[in-house]
Amino acid sequence: MAVDASTSARGDLILKNLTKSFGEFNAVDDLSLVIPKGSFFALLGPSGCGKTTTLRMVAGLEVPTSGSIFVGETDITEMKPYRRPVNTVFQNYALFPHLTIFENIAFGLRRRGITDAEVKTAVDKVLTLIELPELAGRKPNQLSGGQQQRIAVARAIVNRPALLLLDEPLGALDLKLRRQMQIELKWIQTEIGITFVHVTHDQEEAMTMADTIAVMNKGKIEQMGTPEELYDSPKTSFVANFLGQSNLIPGKVSGSDGDNLVVDLFGTKVSVPKSRNSATGDSVLVGVRPEKFRIALEGKATHGNVLTGAVVSDVSYIGVSTQYQVEMPWGKEVMVFEQNDDDEEMLRKGAKVVLSWEPIFTFALDGKDSATAGSN
Amino acid sequence: MVAFKTTSAKVFKLKDNKSTLPYLLLLPGLLWLVLFFIVPIFSLGQMSTKVAGADTGEFVQGYRFANYIDAFSASKEQFFRSFLYGILATLIALAIAYPLAYAIAFKSGKWKNVLLVLVVAPFFVSFLLRTIAWKQILGEEGPVVGVLRGLHLISPQTSITSSAFAVVTGLAYNFLPFMTLPLYASLERIDPRTLEAAGDLYANGITTFRKITLPLSMPGVVAGTLLTFIPAAGDYINATILGSPTSKMLGNVIEARFFKIVDYPTAAALSFTLMAAILILVTFYIRRAGTEELV
Amino acid sequence: MKSISKWLSNNLIRIYAFFAFTYLFIPVAYTFVFSFNDSRKTNLIWRGFTLDKWKNPCGAPDVCSALGNSFIIGLTATAISTVLGTLIAYALGRYEFKGRSSTNLLIFLPMATPEIVLGASLLTMFVNVGFNTSMTTAIIAHVMFCISFVVVTVKARVASLDPKLEQAAMDLYANEWQTFRRVTLPLLAPGIAAAALLAFSLSFDDFIITNFTAGTVNTFPRFVYVSAGRGIPAQANVIGSAMFFLALIIVISSQIISARRKVKI
Repeated sequence: MAVDASTSARGDLILKNLTKSFGEFNAVDDLSLVIPKGSFFALLGPSGCGKTTTLRMVAGLEVPTSGSIFVGETDITEMKPYRRPVNTVFQNYALFPHLTIFENIAFGLRRRGITDAEVKTAVDKVLTLIELPELAGRKPNQLSGGQQQRIAVARAIVNRPALLLLDEPLGALDLKLRRQMQIELKWIQTEIGITFVHVTHDQEEAMTMADTIAVMNKGKIEQMGTPEELYDSPKTSFVANFLGQSNLIPGKVSGSDGDNLVVDLFGTKVSVPKSRNSATGDSVLVGVRPEKFRIALEGKATHGNVLTGAVVSDVSYIGVSTQYQVEMPWGKEVMVFEQNDDDEEMLRKGAKVVLSWEPIFTFALDGKDSATAGSN
Repeated sequence: MVAFKTTSAKVFKLKDNKSTLPYLLLLPGLLWLVLFFIVPIFSLGQMSTKVAGADTGEFVQGYRFANYIDAFSASKEQFFRSFLYGILATLIALAIAYPLAYAIAFKSGKWKNVLLVLVVAPFFVSFLLRTIAWKQILGEEGPVVGVLRGLHLISPQTSITSSAFAVVTGLAYNFLPFMTLPLYASLERIDPRTLEAAGDLYANGITTFRKITLPLSMPGVVAGTLLTFIPAAGDYINATILGSPTSKMLGNVIEARFFKIVDYPTAAALSFTLMAAILILVTFYIRRAGTEELV
Repeated sequence: MKSISKWLSNNLIRIYAFFAFTYLFIPVAYTFVFSFNDSRKTNLIWRGFTLDKWKNPCGAPDVCSALGNSFIIGLTATAISTVLGTLIAYALGRYEFKGRSSTNLLIFLPMATPEIVLGASLLTMFVNVGFNTSMTTAIIAHVMFCISFVVVTVKARVASLDPKLEQAAMDLYANEWQTFRRVTLPLLAPGIAAAALLAFSLSFDDFIITNFTAGTVNTFPRFVYVSAGRGIPAQANVIGSAMFFLALIIVISSQIISARRKVKI
């Protein structure tokens, strides 16, 4: 069997105006994206946002309604899956139950006409990479979940594709194993340098592993950037709430002060860096992440942005941190995470407190955004 | 078997809808069925209205629908007998098979697979041999009659074979696996925890069975009774081997008119009527059993 | 006393099952026992134990030729119906297409039609077109009634086959045919084998349809039926018992094989 030229295509992954409709419903809506060659890219979003559909279109398992997919210069939009320089790690691994581990891994190589000797070398090499050389003769049902997961990755990367697609590959593993696999996958990716496109709904996983994350919602990309960018400077409330947690407080821009905006929050003035402002008008949602707040009893010294008149309404001790629900003077609650890194006593329910934080940690979103989008 | 429901009807498309591949895959088999099942049914219908050609002795098309009336009135007795025996045999089979299926589903532990094989295993002996075996076991020279007569349970004149009783029990016996397996399949599907929950909610064994197990096993009951009744009503082997001239079923009449008397139109009319009657009964039964609420 | 009655109520149904199984096997046991009978013309009365019939199973006239015909028809019909039925089952299980419900109905109807109607209608058609009944027509008929059972059996297996496996194969550079040959078919194999076994059993044991469509060709069930009048030779019992044990061995060993496949660690 001759090796198809198309399976050797290399380059960035480029999606242009990709759309997939099922009747009236657009699972993927006019998506355009460039994923640089060699990066670890995450498609993050809640279930139903279209991330898996996008992945399947790149793999060739789903036909786009319109738009195009390029790998470098090669247009792969219409190509059958077996012609693409793309391999997939499936959610439940999809290991062939009737073949040994060796034959599973060798499957793609054999279809492309690689000689037996070369196959053996390649398979042995990748088994060593994932540290499971002794499993070559076993069958998939004799392996644990973690082992199967690594074999599924090996089966894909042994083919040296331009792109490796991972469809929530860690979903079936328990927490500890998942953490371990996250580190391993990241390591493998840096070792072999293939572009990884990782689809997940777990924002911690995406932030741990990916160089770049695209947050998807309802078939579209809300925001794309490095984990730090998305976390520190979310541009929409969906992103702010989906990645970590945010407190979003409605306010009005009242002035400007050098690099900062001055925003009026229910009578109190706070500073917001202009670089972290995505709002176009005067009506804004001021965002502060719960861990950025400092909480102290009324009367204690404060600096930075300050909000007074707050009352603790709930306390949860979580070992690493204490979570406070604090009722603000305007009737809504904010969440505060305080690390338990000093000897200070936990504040009690009903305590009158003052919240403060460094202005640099503030971001502002368009006032028209829903304050609850993306939170679960 | 009809009873074994496949898992969800979801179909996964590997290709677009526009592919012709599925039709190519279906074509040979479906063509065979059309040619050798559908067309013959039409032949049957066509033959049923033919009349004996005056000169040639061959049958010619006369569109004589009165054939049906003639056939039916001549064989009314066998017609009803077939349905009666079929229903009786089905009920007996149900009575025998249900506890058996229950035992295999709930009370067999690690022997389950072995027992399932054992239910089907007797079928590995030709059913004719088994039916004839019954005839000899229950017949004049067999052990059963001797014992029963010795115990004065039956008179010296009565014989068990050559009777309606033998035919019906023969039918029930022959189709037992068709009844047992669907029953087993639907009983097996019942989550034992629902039964535990019933017990937790103060139901004793009998109540649990009546209100939980029995209703949940109804799909199996429906499937089993259909799979038993249909072949039983159309059977004539049991009647020939185990019966007497007074217990002849419709199948015997049809066979006779094909091979002995060579009256194809009447035979065809009878066959057609049998099929139609069964189809009507089956549709009616499915509709009723399917929608009726079972308390 | 109380513990006895408790034991009884717990095990009543098991006791019943035991008797039910005994009932199922009575004629089988009878057939087997009488295969050792030192019978003359008829095999109705026990004369004495002998292994002669087992040593010479073809001793009675026509037995082995009938058996041979049954095998020819059975194997041919099994081969054809298994292929046709598997293709249908695969199409039904993996594709969406128009005419799905008509297809399902067409598959279902032969199973819901009494054998006598199937046989009578085929004979009528053959008579109409002037086609003489022979082994060919018998095979045609057998294929016809086996297809539906093959479809139902294989379709269940197709449904339990994860489509992701075939997608993974395509993802790994296997085209449609290679995917079918290397992934689908091997994984469907147990279901196809079960379907083939079922088809063969149905064909081998068939009497009514064969009676109508085989003309003068004698099959084993026909032989038994015809000789029932004058007395079935013990050799028929021998063959019947042998087929029983053969089938039992096949089924049990396939169960052991599949059980072993699951347990290996």
